[in-house]
Amino acid sequence: MVDNFGRKSLPWGATGGSQMLDRATKIKIHDLMVKTRCTEETAISMNKQGEGFFWIGGAGEEAFGVSLGLQIRKGQGPAYDYLHLHYRGAPIAMAMGTEPIDQIRQMRATATDRYSGGRQFVEHFAIPEWNIVPVTPTIETQYLMAPGTAHVQRRFGGEGITVVTGGDAGTAEGDFHCCLNWASRPGEELPLLIIVTHNRFGISTPSSQVQASNELNRQAEPFGIRNSIHDGNDVEAIWAALEEAIAYIRKERKPYCLQANVSRIFGHSSATGANRVPEVDCITAFEDKLIKDGIMTRTEVDAVWKKWKEHLKECLAQVRQEPLPDGADIWRHVFAEPATV
Amino acid sequence: MATYAQGIRLALHYAEENLGLTDVFGEDVGPPLGGVFTATQGIKCAWNSPLDERGIIGMAIGIALAGGRPVAEIQFADYIFNTIDMLKLAGNLRWSSYGNYGVPLVIMTPVGAGIHGSIYHSHSFESMATHIPGFKIVAPSNALDAYGLMLSSIVDPDPVMYLKSKALMRVKSEHLIPGEPGDLAELNKRINAPIGDRSKWVPDWPAVEDYRVPIGKASVVREGSDLTVITYSRHVLECARAADQLRGEGISCEVIDLRTLFPVDWPTLRRSVAKTGRVLVVNEDTEVTNYGEHLIRKLTEEFFFDLQVAPRLLAGVNVPGVGISIPLEEASVPQYRDVLDTMRDVATQPGRGTTGEWPLLPETVFGRR
Ligand SMILES: Cc1ncc(C[n+]2csc(CCOP(=O)(O)OP(=O)(O)O)c2C)c(N)n1
Ligand SMILES: [Mg+2]
Repeated sequence: MVDNFGRKSLPWGATGGSQMLDRATKIKIHDLMVKTRCTEETAISMNKQGEGFFWIGGAGEEAFGVSLGLQIRKGQGPAYDYLHLHYRGAPIAMAMGTEPIDQIRQMRATATDRYSGGRQFVEHFAIPEWNIVPVTPTIETQYLMAPGTAHVQRRFGGEGITVVTGGDAGTAEGDFHCCLNWASRPGEELPLLIIVTHNRFGISTPSSQVQASNELNRQAEPFGIRNSIHDGNDVEAIWAALEEAIAYIRKERKPYCLQANVSRIFGHSSATGANRVPEVDCITAFEDKLIKDGIMTRTEVDAVWKKWKEHLKECLAQVRQEPLPDGADIWRHVFAEPATV
Repeated sequence: MATYAQGIRLALHYAEENLGLTDVFGEDVGPPLGGVFTATQGIKCAWNSPLDERGIIGMAIGIALAGGRPVAEIQFADYIFNTIDMLKLAGNLRWSSYGNYGVPLVIMTPVGAGIHGSIYHSHSFESMATHIPGFKIVAPSNALDAYGLMLSSIVDPDPVMYLKSKALMRVKSEHLIPGEPGDLAELNKRINAPIGDRSKWVPDWPAVEDYRVPIGKASVVREGSDLTVITYSRHVLECARAADQLRGEGISCEVIDLRTLFPVDWPTLRRSVAKTGRVLVVNEDTEVTNYGEHLIRKLTEEFFFDLQVAPRLLAGVNVPGVGISIPLEEASVPQYRDVLDTMRDVATQPGRGTTGEWPLLPETVFGRR
């Protein structure tokens, strides 16, 4: 497969991922990828029809995100993994177990939106039961908070790790450099997976106008942080890469910086139209492979799409019935409740 | 008896032993220095951070998200300005996540002039800090309050900004912190790190006790009937001193030490303003869009018909910095003389109740509430 930079062979091959994923896992991954994509497409059409103010999301990052989400040890507290996601985290969250309807609720900004009560853009998760800390709209600030949860985990012991994700353009912020620095202080190394998803753009600005190198993971080298770069559109390659990185962090209690090259198949967001663009679609690529390897038939693949499209229709019908928050609700959760002020 | 810096140190010690404080960190906060003002000497959970203010706030947020109880220091408030969006995030995480997460953290930072600190060791921060919703903001004026407010800040479930006065760090308290020895020399010997090699030093902590100053409660440091002076931090000392002098001139000033800048103790302010009909706010932040303007606006809205004279703000001059040369600093931030003169002026200026310049509705004058 050729990645977004036109590279054929990627500097990865330590384990050869394809053999490691069994048939059932591949079918599950495919199911989650389609589930996520159908949710994103529903959100996009809601935006186009005036049923949601703004769409942004992880459409195109399903191979990477689902592979990561399925490898997370989910639970609450420092024994489990912490996730500091940016606004394209739906495939990760969905693989961990979020439901499409909750994303549709946030898209419509209903009172039933369990992540933000109708306050935030879609894909701004906050799930304490699974250590998914609030997604923040400010680019790169998550890279400053992630060392904090990792610091608690370092002290706590065990195998829990912190994962932080963000885009390529955002690494130009000093916060990315700060994260590498905090993660690698001698004797204080943090169990932190620092991920960059490279889609070659920040909104409309091509990465060639931002950075001299397309291998942003290599910024970790002077800090002595292990790092690697992968085709994030190739399920087997990215699964194996994540598996190796995560195993290293769990055991060694040291940081790792991983770049996944991904597609942005509906552009940046609804602000740029959210129309399909001609980039590699990781789901199509995975389906071709599943069919070629005799793991699924075209009919089975089509059935998965049908199932989730119908499910999303039901979700949307349900969410349309649900109320918007009351204006007076703005006073809730300014401080801990019962209010101390 | 303890100094202001020792009050903070004793509170951090008490909190790490008894209140679940997990991390005290910032630039030069850990051994050997224990903070540029010595406030973190001997604290077991104190550590040195990288020189990265945004990272310090991010670390504090992360620790709080993972169940820790951090006190993070920004070495001087002068260097906190590059963290504003991190502070905004700390202030809004509970609200933006609809209560899914809260971040119980304390940011402490030295504020104000008064130590000949030049442009970058003289900044005030309260007007900016109070513009960040979701934070509680405290500014103690003495060692006992520094102790009691720190304990309340650490146990608070929400972010607290703890503004400590640079100029007060070495000022001794009139009141003992419960459990501290009465003799400052003894306290110094027991808890001040020695000069020179400190690698083997361990503090001999006195058995200080739980003592909380509730967040949101002001303190009336001088009672009076002619004028309400609202202040906080180091200007409490100046205003109290001026009130004592003016008493000799037959002028009775009520001085309120706000202690918490947000949430404001409105009941205490209301009670006083209803009594005096005259308001002066004193602080040293620059005067344009000054926090004191907020107090005056709210009090004017509520007491417009009860006020005898226009409320006044005595604050820092709106120039880009506080120059290091003594005459420059004195011309920039309110000095004792300015405080005294302004208090006298506002207290004795003819009130509209006596000149009849404004139309009066008799039933609205004084004590309506
Ligand atoms: C601090 C900050 N600056 C600017 C923005 C506006 N903004 C939102 S997304 C974006 C581009 C981010 O590009 P990249 O980091 O590559 O992530 P991608 O969206 O491509 O996944 C910008 C500039 C922001 N949200 N936060
Ligand atoms: Mg990008």
